[in-house]
Amino acid sequence: MENIVKKILKTGIKSEAAPFPDERLRVLRGRLSEAVLRRFGRALAIRHVDAGSCNACELEINAMHNPYYNLEGLGIHFVASPRHADLLLVTGPVSRHMELALKRTYEATPDPKLVVACGDCGVCGGIFGESYASLGRVANVIPVDVAVPGCPPSPNAIIQGILTALMPEAETQA
Amino acid sequence: MDLAGFTAMLQTISKAPKAAYGVFEVSKLRPACSILQSAGGRLIALWGSDERESLDAPCPFALHLAFALGPTLGLVWIAIPLEAPEYPSIHDIFPAASRMQRAAFDLSGLSAINSPDARKWLRHGAWPQEAFPLQKRFSGSFPIEADDYPFVTVEGDGVSEIPVGPVHAGTIEPGHFRFSVVGEKVLRLEERLGYTHKGIEKRFESLGMMDGARLAGRISGDSTVAYAWAYAMAIERATGTTPPQRALWLRALWLERERAMNHLGDLGAIANDAGFAFGLAQFSRLKEDLLRENFAMSGHRYLMDAVVPGGVAGDPGDRLVHVVDEAQRFEAELDELKAIYDDHAGLQDRFRGAGRLSPSLAARLGVVGLAARASGKAMDLRADFPSSPYDQLDLKIATAAEGDVAARVAVRFAEIQESLRLWRIIAQRIPSGSVLEPIPPDPPPALGVGWVEGWRGEVLIALALGNHGALARVHAHDPSWQNWPALEHAVLDNIVPDFPLINKSFNLSYSGHDL
Ligand code: SF4
Repeated sequence: MENIVKKILKTGIKSEAAPFPDERLRVLRGRLSEAVLRRFGRALAIRHVDAGSCNACELEINAMHNPYYNLEGLGIHFVASPRHADLLLVTGPVSRHMELALKRTYEATPDPKLVVACGDCGVCGGIFGESYASLGRVANVIPVDVAVPGCPPSPNAIIQGILTALMPEAETQA
Repeated sequence: MDLAGFTAMLQTISKAPKAAYGVFEVSKLRPACSILQSAGGRLIALWGSDERESLDAPCPFALHLAFALGPTLGLVWIAIPLEAPEYPSIHDIFPAASRMQRAAFDLSGLSAINSPDARKWLRHGAWPQEAFPLQKRFSGSFPIEADDYPFVTVEGDGVSEIPVGPVHAGTIEPGHFRFSVVGEKVLRLEERLGYTHKGIEKRFESLGMMDGARLAGRISGDSTVAYAWAYAMAIERATGTTPPQRALWLRALWLERERAMNHLGDLGAIANDAGFAFGLAQFSRLKEDLLRENFAMSGHRYLMDAVVPGGVAGDPGDRLVHVVDEAQRFEAELDELKAIYDDHAGLQDRFRGAGRLSPSLAARLGVVGLAARASGKAMDLRADFPSSPYDQLDLKIATAAEGDVAARVAVRFAEIQESLRLWRIIAQRIPSGSVLEPIPPDPPPALGVGWVEGWRGEVLIALALGNHGALARVHAHDPSWQNWPALEHAVLDNIVPDFPLINKSFNLSYSGHDL
């Protein structure tokens, strides 16, 4: 126990400042009222769905939880069920084998809800494109509010995408 | 036919790592497998090809198998030309063949005769049973059908079924697990994979040799270096290209950074699944430090696209000197954290005995990589079949005997330490010179194979170049193929709440398996 406490003290506080929202990442406009967004902004529950990714986007979503990115401090937490989620964070091109599961997860998420597509695959299909096995970008399957490019996008870029989705449009700076 | 007769039919296609190729009649398939099995060989991969567009092919289809056989032969790739799309099943000789045979039917239409399990495997409902995506005439897409999959049911008093997934509670990849339980105890686990199948092998056929490297690096993102290296090795073999020595040393540095990065992440996540959040905070911080230095050296946190056919994409130059200090700092922190893990009674209590995979079962299932080493088998391509620079690095293979979560944790600690030693040696002894040898733009048709010990286990890329360097067929094999069935065994008699911990201790790839 003593060693654990020592290590915690020695490690110190690592968290860094959060990025600013970026209007250029927005796909759909005027979806949710300002009042709803402000309510989400105080405590946002995210459900992640891997719709067919290569798993590197997951590595960066997991990295968002490390001590450098102060997620909890931003009021953001991940939940285990879509029924408790305000926002779906979707990775990958949507494989045809995941189409149904993604649609069901979307339907199980209570309204009002936000969707952020994470990574080049989610934005445009990425290197996998559209094929007999892949439906390409997430917006081909469910409505997407914000799409974050990058392969994979860095934790900061993903946080920026989430904050953009939360921010009333008038207040974000392009 | 005996072993000598079998090897006489092979021709060497690569010296380091050793690889040989041979063509056999279908009547020789099972005898050849039996010879290899009794000589201690193991099956690495099995796949099919449609040869109807290759001008000089003797038959319309071919079955391909890759084996590893002792230090003298190395990798053995055999091709079996097929008049009709069928061949005798080899599941009884190599149990690991079972799922690969099912996938070879789903994708290439080759049936394994006398296989006890002929259910579909990678196919759910995206294409019909009569259509085969990797046949050359396949085109377009089909309306999605429901995936009616006949799971095996367990009958008995008090037995109930718990289906989980494909979407899971945490941030992990999708797959379906069906548990049969009595109370909390697991009687049977059946996996259903293939959810992330996104047509990777077909996609290769529309790319050029150089673009193929980007796709190879996204087969399983956590193993991007291992895959990109295996792919580059295969292209270099097929085109007769020799990458510069400095490039090979940089590849090894990237591969060892990938290994350390994944092991650091897993050591944190495994402890977290055992209720020790401190471990996750500490190890995820170290992992982030490593990723940031990767970015400083290569321009990518995960080293994607850093390995290219012919060499590497860039040279970190002076930045390499930091690696020595970085390794030293990581070594010190790792020692501290290892002492904390070792002394933590609650953690050790959860680790010990959980998810045990006995050495004999691991050997029978053909388990590979980290999981095999944690079940007592000293196997590692970097030591067994070293290519440059591993032939000069004197790698020490890490093993543990118990096959439980504790053993897989111990092997990870030891492998990070060994990787850090290699970082340091590479940074100090790397030869100078160029880092890229151009690939000839219009090579003649040829075969190529690449075989690399990634952090999870061995990764294989086998490919056939057609005219003008076209990728006629690319097969990618992830070590998870061998190890997923082992997880079904390792959880037996454990309790359902321990499944996430046991699963994490293997940390297998869905994307690399589903293709
Ligand atoms: S965007 Fe890149 S990292 Fe993310 S799933 Fe696609 S290929 Fe992988």
